[in-house]
Amino acid sequence: MAKIVGAINTTHVPLIGRAIHQHLEHDPYWKPFFDGFPPVRDWLDKVKPDIAVMVYNDHGLNFFLDKMPTFAIGAAPEYVSLDEGWGIPTVPSFKGDLDLSWHMIESLVDDEFDITTCQEMAVDHAFTLPLKLLYPNDSQWPVRTVPVCINTVQFPLPTVNRCYKFGQAIGRAIESWESEARVVVIGTGGLSHQLDGKRAGFINKEFDLMFMERLVTDPLWITRFSIEDIVEQTGTQGVELLNWVIARSALQGDVVKLHSNYHIPISNTAAGLMLLESV
Amino acid sequence: MAIQNRKREIPGTILFDGEQARKGYALNKMCYSFNLAKNRAAFKRDPEAYYEKFHLTETQRKAMRSGNVLEMLAAGGNAYYLAKFAGIYGLDMQDIGAQQTGMSKEAFKARLVKAGE
Repeated sequence: MAKIVGAINTTHVPLIGRAIHQHLEHDPYWKPFFDGFPPVRDWLDKVKPDIAVMVYNDHGLNFFLDKMPTFAIGAAPEYVSLDEGWGIPTVPSFKGDLDLSWHMIESLVDDEFDITTCQEMAVDHAFTLPLKLLYPNDSQWPVRTVPVCINTVQFPLPTVNRCYKFGQAIGRAIESWESEARVVVIGTGGLSHQLDGKRAGFINKEFDLMFMERLVTDPLWITRFSIEDIVEQTGTQGVELLNWVIARSALQGDVVKLHSNYHIPISNTAAGLMLLESV
Repeated sequence: MAIQNRKREIPGTILFDGEQARKGYALNKMCYSFNLAKNRAAFKRDPEAYYEKFHLTETQRKAMRSGNVLEMLAAGGNAYYLAKFAGIYGLDMQDIGAQQTGMSKEAFKARLVKAGE
């Protein structure tokens, strides 16, 4: 059966794309952020995953409000990076893994998650930038990918508890796949930030740090919060932490934190990074 | 569990719910079109014709003409789609944040840094 080697959660702020493009990794503004990544890259080099299951939210590239799935899974041979409108450079396309995609789709629907399947899918910065941060020097992506897209755009959003259970079901799906493949689950987005409204610029360090701690020691803690509570505590776009919850709960049982980083600000965002392994 | 009929009030915050999504559909659809460079160019050439093409309401046109982000949000705009409009004018998220909070860009950036202390 396939093996989940661990979970990585990271921020996906668009401005990171520009910083990478302009080689600003050692610039004083960016250094505390980029310095978080080498330990995770070393770990990836050691565990060598074959496939990355990417848990993220689309920002109006692949999905518009005409059709807004709560949970969508890619089942395409290739996922393309396209212009998002504000000039971050595109990256080479990502190979899919159709066998894992369809196994996950079948397993999840059997597990009563009625997901949307996508045989064509463009992927935005929430998918591309984390992989660029994790594999900065590779001319070809060393992993195949399966996109798992969560609606964090249009309310109602799935509850935190639903996301927690969805992550568990993703974990069961991957680990019941008859394959020797090694799989890493990557959750992207967050942490606290608010782009819109009079409260723009809102950041909540105390809550973020508590969330990161509890994700390891007591992952059900966050399920006690409603979506509105999460917005109040972390900002309108802070709800992207749902993607972190899903990646975490894809790991069955207890986990150990191998590495983390937290830095304020990157653009308007509290930037977080975590690497987790099952015990 | 009962659906809450009364909306949760979070100061300075608009939840992009069904009401906003209904109100803002034309505006957001226009902004979604800005993913394509040729559409961004067409908008820049003739904004008024572009509003007409996407059937923006008069309130939405006024908000767009004013460049006021809070008015665009009130007209149903969603942050993720409006960001594509902001990109046309080369505005970054600190420009947008400063405008919405009535601060200078430098003061807004300083407040972000302070949130990390």
